[in-house]
Amino acid sequence: MCMVNEIDYGTPASKSDRMVTLTIDGKVVTVPEGTSIMRAAREAGIEVPKLCANDMMKAYGSCRLCLIEIEGRNGTPASCTTPVAEGIKVATQTDRLGSIRRGVMELYMSDHPADCPACAEGDCDMVEMAAKVGLTENRYGPNGENHVAPLLHGDTNPHFREQDLSNPYFAYDPAKCIVCSLCVRACGEVQGTFALTVEGRGFESRIAASMDDPFLESECVSCGACVQACPTGALREKTVIEKGMPEWSAVTTCAYCGVGCTFKAEMRGEEVVRMVPYKEGQANRGHSCVKGRFAWGYATHKDRILNPMIREKITDPWQEVSWDEAFAYIAKEFRRLQYQYGKGSVGGITSSRCTNEETYLVQKLVRQGFGNNNVDTCARVCHSPTGYGLRMTYGTSAGTQDFDSVEHTDVVLVIGANPTDAHPVFGSRMKKRLREGARLIVIDPRRIDLVRTPHVQADYHLPLRPGTNVAMLTALAHVIVEEGLVDEQFVRERCDWDAFQDWAEFVLQPEHSPEAVEKYTGVPAEQVRAAARLYATGGNAAIYYGLGVTEHSQGSTAVMAIANLAMATGNIGRPGVGVNPLRGQNNVQGSCDMGSFPHELPGYRHIADDATRAVYESLWGVKLDNEPGLRIPNMLDAAVDGSFKGLYVQGEDILQSDPNTKHVAAGLAAMECVVVHDLFLNETANYAHVFLPGSTFLEKDGTFTNAERRINRVRKVMEPKNKYADWEVTQKMAQALGLDWNYQHPSEIMDEIAKTTPTFAGVSFDLLDRVGSVQWPCNEKAPLGTPVMHMDGFVRGKGRFIRTAYVPTDEKVGPRFPLLLTTGRILSQYNVGAQTRRTANMTWHEEDRLEIHPNDAEDRGIRDGDYVKLASRSGETSLRARITDRVAPGVVYTTFHHPDTQANVVTTEYSDWATNCPEYKVTAVQVSPSNGPTEWQRDYNDQAKRSRRIVHAEPAE
Amino acid sequence: MSHDEGQTTDERLVYMANQIATFFESQSPQAAAHGVADHINNFWEPRMRKRFFELAESGLFKLKPIVMEALPEIRRPKETTEA
Ligand code: SF4
Ligand code: SF4
Ligand code: FES
Repeated sequence: MCMVNEIDYGTPASKSDRMVTLTIDGKVVTVPEGTSIMRAAREAGIEVPKLCANDMMKAYGSCRLCLIEIEGRNGTPASCTTPVAEGIKVATQTDRLGSIRRGVMELYMSDHPADCPACAEGDCDMVEMAAKVGLTENRYGPNGENHVAPLLHGDTNPHFREQDLSNPYFAYDPAKCIVCSLCVRACGEVQGTFALTVEGRGFESRIAASMDDPFLESECVSCGACVQACPTGALREKTVIEKGMPEWSAVTTCAYCGVGCTFKAEMRGEEVVRMVPYKEGQANRGHSCVKGRFAWGYATHKDRILNPMIREKITDPWQEVSWDEAFAYIAKEFRRLQYQYGKGSVGGITSSRCTNEETYLVQKLVRQGFGNNNVDTCARVCHSPTGYGLRMTYGTSAGTQDFDSVEHTDVVLVIGANPTDAHPVFGSRMKKRLREGARLIVIDPRRIDLVRTPHVQADYHLPLRPGTNVAMLTALAHVIVEEGLVDEQFVRERCDWDAFQDWAEFVLQPEHSPEAVEKYTGVPAEQVRAAARLYATGGNAAIYYGLGVTEHSQGSTAVMAIANLAMATGNIGRPGVGVNPLRGQNNVQGSCDMGSFPHELPGYRHIADDATRAVYESLWGVKLDNEPGLRIPNMLDAAVDGSFKGLYVQGEDILQSDPNTKHVAAGLAAMECVVVHDLFLNETANYAHVFLPGSTFLEKDGTFTNAERRINRVRKVMEPKNKYADWEVTQKMAQALGLDWNYQHPSEIMDEIAKTTPTFAGVSFDLLDRVGSVQWPCNEKAPLGTPVMHMDGFVRGKGRFIRTAYVPTDEKVGPRFPLLLTTGRILSQYNVGAQTRRTANMTWHEEDRLEIHPNDAEDRGIRDGDYVKLASRSGETSLRARITDRVAPGVVYTTFHHPDTQANVVTTEYSDWATNCPEYKVTAVQVSPSNGPTEWQRDYNDQAKRSRRIVHAEPAE
Repeated sequence: MSHDEGQTTDERLVYMANQIATFFESQSPQAAAHGVADHINNFWEPRMRKRFFELAESGLFKLKPIVMEALPEIRRPKETTEA
């Protein structure tokens, strides 16, 4: 076990393809034009001393440590800010340079604590640099003007500042700061938040967060980029201060969102010391957000359940049992249920949080072991319309680009997504491109942060009424066709021309004009026209969308409308363009790829397809059912009707994440054996008969597939605290049910996936270990994967335009429920919050709040911070109000990260026509003042408390 | 009905079928009926289709004309799947 070390080249790589040759310390070096001399030297293995440079940020040239000499030129330029030139001869080590560097370091060290603990531990470059430049003594001594000592000559030292410990995850100690401004540049250039500045001049200068606030109260979003960039011990992770420096590390993938950032898990023994983003990570390129970087403490949280438990009735307390007893109980129950109620009476739910290998096993268990196709995934409730819509139009159920593509985009269109909160690391990359001048269109009911953020301003924000996406998208298409902005050559070459003409005729109908739909969307027609022109004519245009598109009764229609727009304008099949779904959970893409849907086998092949079934039938030695199985909502219906009795739920909390909590509760309560497999006693477990403890991403090997179809490795860095990784649990369950499974390692599961799924044919752990990651399709035709899809034609052959008529949702406002509720996420919390609520991320988001416009609040006598009752046709809940003009009058907004809020008690059963993805984004509600939790919240909490009782087993001898 | 204010399974099946039909309404009549049938064949579990036929044939529920036109194209589940 060793440390994964990354080279810091000092300045970013140049993208030029013109090469320049020079000599450094007698070595001949050839590098792209625009490369700094520092980087060229490092590439040749020569390390120039440096403090204020880092290859993630542009050079700044302030520390003067990296000076060099160039033959024939005067002076000693800084190598970090001086670009290479043809034929120059550079010297990095001369007597003159040595003495200047020693002088610089001497000054620095006279203002650096002699007992710096970070230096001692090797987490501060100061001592190392002093040694490197040969500084042995300090003529100034510690008694001059400094920032280090609280007292100076018996008086308070005006330059001394106390440490800032306000951020829960990192500490800032001004005494160790050398004002190299790397943190300031990291916050601006990499993260794009611009929370930090250098205040004052000369010796007075120091780093300030926002208006010289404590970090926690500043605009800081706690991404950790500054901590990573800081060359001294001024900014350090608190865990490193507490636990000491890591001893070994492994490269792995964040288990939070669909960006899928690559991290180094830095360890001491079996304990994580810190997670540091990995520069070679192809999704995140060395950046991270607060969740992946810092919020991993849930992995060892005391609430984690480590022993299996069973109970006969959900009103009984839990009994701890051995793993073998639990497996035997499940096998007995599931056999009984199938015997008594039929083969189709049981099913399983796969998780978008578990690995591909684990997901594959759950669907295999259902199809091979249960003999039916009753398997579904919680991706149902977020991105199933993406799969359907893109498949119908392009032929493949996935986004078309990689994240790098945004670097070539000229016009970014964001609809129904909030990248800076929900996909923060990609959000930062997008903001970077926008600061470079790309134009921006935002279509969202709410003024999301991206609309106006430092150095970014949307050209158009179209604040449409929730539920009118299809009207808006079709109106954009209307303008593009009417004003002759179609890329006809592209359409003729790549798309089905008849279908295009049919579609063009449809969108041209006057009722689809921006003027006509204004009455639904509430957005002025001129704005829509201008946005359409920009999208169609502004160069490379890319659409990014999220749950605000899919979670509607017309979610699939909206995805098709997006696909139509991209085809009509020729924005498909090259870097910089495309249709990019931003996935919610880490492995939503993967869980869909792995055959989690009841109608399809891995690789999106329909269960009715005889040839595909034959592949699995011969491998698994069973006859597979050729009929589609039940989706989650249908399982619950069937349970209520008495024909569905047993369910295995891996790593999902359907009670909290699925719409209409009461309906879910009724369905679960009607089942006879519910098996929940998770880290914590989640809300669904209140209705479970068997609880199987789950393992975290730190405790297993496997792969996650992110929103760009990128298959990333997850690496085990500690033994599962619950004894078994999730794939082992499913395997043991299968064995108890009599199946002959013998996987020794998840790599063998991936081999089976590759062997049976054409789009994964080339994937193996070996390949991933060698190249880092690949994007599927990865096979003979694309041995290293496919960054951009549909390059030489659509996967389905010809791109297919489909008519997208706007149909208003049946969820309508009226006198009783006059407001529209829409839901979303925030940065520090994740999904139902089971993990993030168990970390210090609670500092930022203790509770869900209801955003309401000042006019609507005033009409109802509601003040900021008041408890309000939120009621819909389905139910009611209460939470506190936040008054803001981010939402338009008539619209209210909340997140759903806390079980106490139960926002889904309020959402309805309406769902997407094609996929049954629930309509979370539109609910007619009323808001009124209230004094506390509703009756349902109280009842619910009582029930939850009762059902969480555990009787611990006697310790076995 | 087992829970308040929600739809029953029967109502939901009818609702879903009509919702699917609504999407296809903007297409030509043959394409529309075919689209509805295809969709239901691809995504509805046999239990759902079986019940759906009973509901459609009972005449008690209001199904859109396109749904009724699609009916002959929808696969009748084999009686044995429930064994
Ligand atoms: S943690 Fe991130 S957002 Fe906060 S100051 Fe540092 S770089 Fe800026
Ligand atoms: S939560 Fe998402 S953006 Fe944040 S570190 Fe994890 S994968 Fe990256
Ligand atoms: S590293 Fe070049 S001036 Fe600081």
